[in-house]
Amino acid sequence: MAGANKKLPLWAEAGLLPTLNLLAAFLVSGLVIWGLGEDPFLALSLLVDGAFGFQEAIGYTFYYATNFVFTGLAVSVAYHAGLFNIGGEGQAMLGGLGLTLAVFLVGDTSPFLAIGLAILGAAVFGAAWAFIPAWLQAKRGSHIVITTIMFNFIASALLAYLLVGPLQRPGGQMPESADFPAGVGLVHAHDLLAMMGMEFEQSPLNVSALIALACTFAVWFMLTRTRFGYELRVVGKNHSAARFAGIPVARMTIVAMMLSGALAGMMGLNEILGEQLRLIGNFTLGYGFVGIAVAFMGRNHPVGIVLAAILFGALYQGGAELAFEMPNITRDLIVMIQGLVILFAGAMEHLFRDPIERLFMRFRAREAA
Amino acid sequence: MEFFADLTLLIDSTFRTATPLVLAGLAGLVAERSGIVDIGLEGKMLAAAFAAAAAAAVSGNPWVGMVAGVLASMFLALIHGYVSIAQRGNQIVSGMAINIAVAGLAPTLANFWFHQGGQTPLLGDEARFSAITLPFAERLSDVPVLGQLYTEIISGHNLVTYLTVLIIPAVAWMVYRTSFGLRLRAVGENPEAVDTAGISVTKLRYQAVLIGGLLCGLSGVVLSTGMGAAFIRDMSAGKGYLALAAMIFGRWKPVPTLLACLLFGFVDALQGRLQGENLPLIGEIPVQFTIMLPYVLTVIILAGFAGKMDAPKASGIPYEKDH
Repeated sequence: MAGANKKLPLWAEAGLLPTLNLLAAFLVSGLVIWGLGEDPFLALSLLVDGAFGFQEAIGYTFYYATNFVFTGLAVSVAYHAGLFNIGGEGQAMLGGLGLTLAVFLVGDTSPFLAIGLAILGAAVFGAAWAFIPAWLQAKRGSHIVITTIMFNFIASALLAYLLVGPLQRPGGQMPESADFPAGVGLVHAHDLLAMMGMEFEQSPLNVSALIALACTFAVWFMLTRTRFGYELRVVGKNHSAARFAGIPVARMTIVAMMLSGALAGMMGLNEILGEQLRLIGNFTLGYGFVGIAVAFMGRNHPVGIVLAAILFGALYQGGAELAFEMPNITRDLIVMIQGLVILFAGAMEHLFRDPIERLFMRFRAREAA
Repeated sequence: MEFFADLTLLIDSTFRTATPLVLAGLAGLVAERSGIVDIGLEGKMLAAAFAAAAAAAVSGNPWVGMVAGVLASMFLALIHGYVSIAQRGNQIVSGMAINIAVAGLAPTLANFWFHQGGQTPLLGDEARFSAITLPFAERLSDVPVLGQLYTEIISGHNLVTYLTVLIIPAVAWMVYRTSFGLRLRAVGENPEAVDTAGISVTKLRYQAVLIGGLLCGLSGVVLSTGMGAAFIRDMSAGKGYLALAAMIFGRWKPVPTLLACLLFGFVDALQGRLQGENLPLIGEIPVQFTIMLPYVLTVIILAGFAGKMDAPKASGIPYEKDH
């Protein structure tokens, strides 16, 4: 009897469980906020208002969410292949570098060509930075978690070197590159809406949000509708079964990681090509790590990842407003909340799942009787 | 003679920088030998560094700091243990969650208590474990070679470093010479057998993560109250991961792990020494590249000496009793 039809209905699996995990993370965060001498309920209302209360806030929320869709998808694609890619941060940095190099290479000839090449550059550099740890994992058995973390540190130092050296703005003091040539950048959402005759307050939200959605669809299609995606998930579920079925495990490991790296690398589109229009040292600001929380919160499903990304976008934007209103709360607190979400949604899955499954079993047994 | 002086300085700082690595490496070793993968060394180290610096700053007493640091780390170890043992959760995810949560919580609390932008106040010499001059060090410093070695290398470290010298054989003895150590090694290889022998897998693993928490706590303590004199944001800077890599390189054995940590410590000391230095043939290496050295070394070591074969067989796998 045990184990028979243990599956939960979709609404419990995709709605109830993530909500409970989130509530648990919020409960602990609320206790910390209370410990900091602030009112957790007031904090929550300030946060929600700061994230959705006015048009500019909504723009910012979706702007941050775009970053998290890219990094969340990146973590998720690797996770489906049974790999834990903690290197999103470094891969995003290299993606930013790739797109910057592409822009400076052809930016003066044609902005359209530059943008196209920049998108390609971001993906290729991100993928390349993921390739080395992936190859080492597949061929040498190196622990991918540790190598990808090391590659974050190396990427950060590399970018720091380039931005105070060869790539630094001529005559500049800050670790940043020269500005991109005029016209090389992604269109802002408020400009796009204005073209369609709609008024929307200025915000950094830009076309990369649509690129992120396209990537979401592509990942969904790849994972659920293609042979390649099926094989990738088989590798993630069971190495020996995959090998027995004739799936080249090592190659799948490398390809999955490169896809993951490409997605992480494309985060630079939003930050660099969409808003900053120049390469900045450490522009990734930990967004690569947020991807882990987003992927687990979204149950590693593309739609779930978009929803979780919006949630974290709201946390970031609302958190910034909150830090403005409450002196004892800084943006560091949002980092802690991320950690708690990863803990409850990723590692303590059984905490709520087991009791709820038991509840459903009892309910079903009674119905059958 | 200048080369000799350079070398003694380098060895001296190797011991200093290797101390937190050795402690964290041994912490990871004890946990993984019991079957619990501990990627959360980084977060525990950071938490302990913060708690130690904060408690030492308030009390003015480094020992209070040490107790606070160790307790903070053991508390986190208990959470990781609960998630890994009772909840049968993913141990790598749990460890990362702890690392990220601490990276956010520690500066938040530092800011709340001390209002110094996420740092703790600078500790005076009486509130930290400062360098200890061993007996006769002053007088022997004139004796060529041996006396200099004694004064420059053996003497002048902080208390935790000397403590670590005692902890290394203690951990090795515990793992290989006690019945607890035998059970510890067994539970990491074959928990079913241990369970069948009537020994509680759960209890053993909790004990292991707590010992790991204690050792890892000391590594954080030395970071903020021994080597440094305050808690600084992200001051662990990947040392927890380096320690884990050293442990893998050391094949989950105490002495090789110690040697691997010394190698990392040496590279770290070397990178500090190389900064701004004009080398023959190469010229001056940009500081960003010397900073990379330990991380690049980790990648090379993990690539060259894949440790898959020697990992405890049950590490990372939750134990479920068959009913």
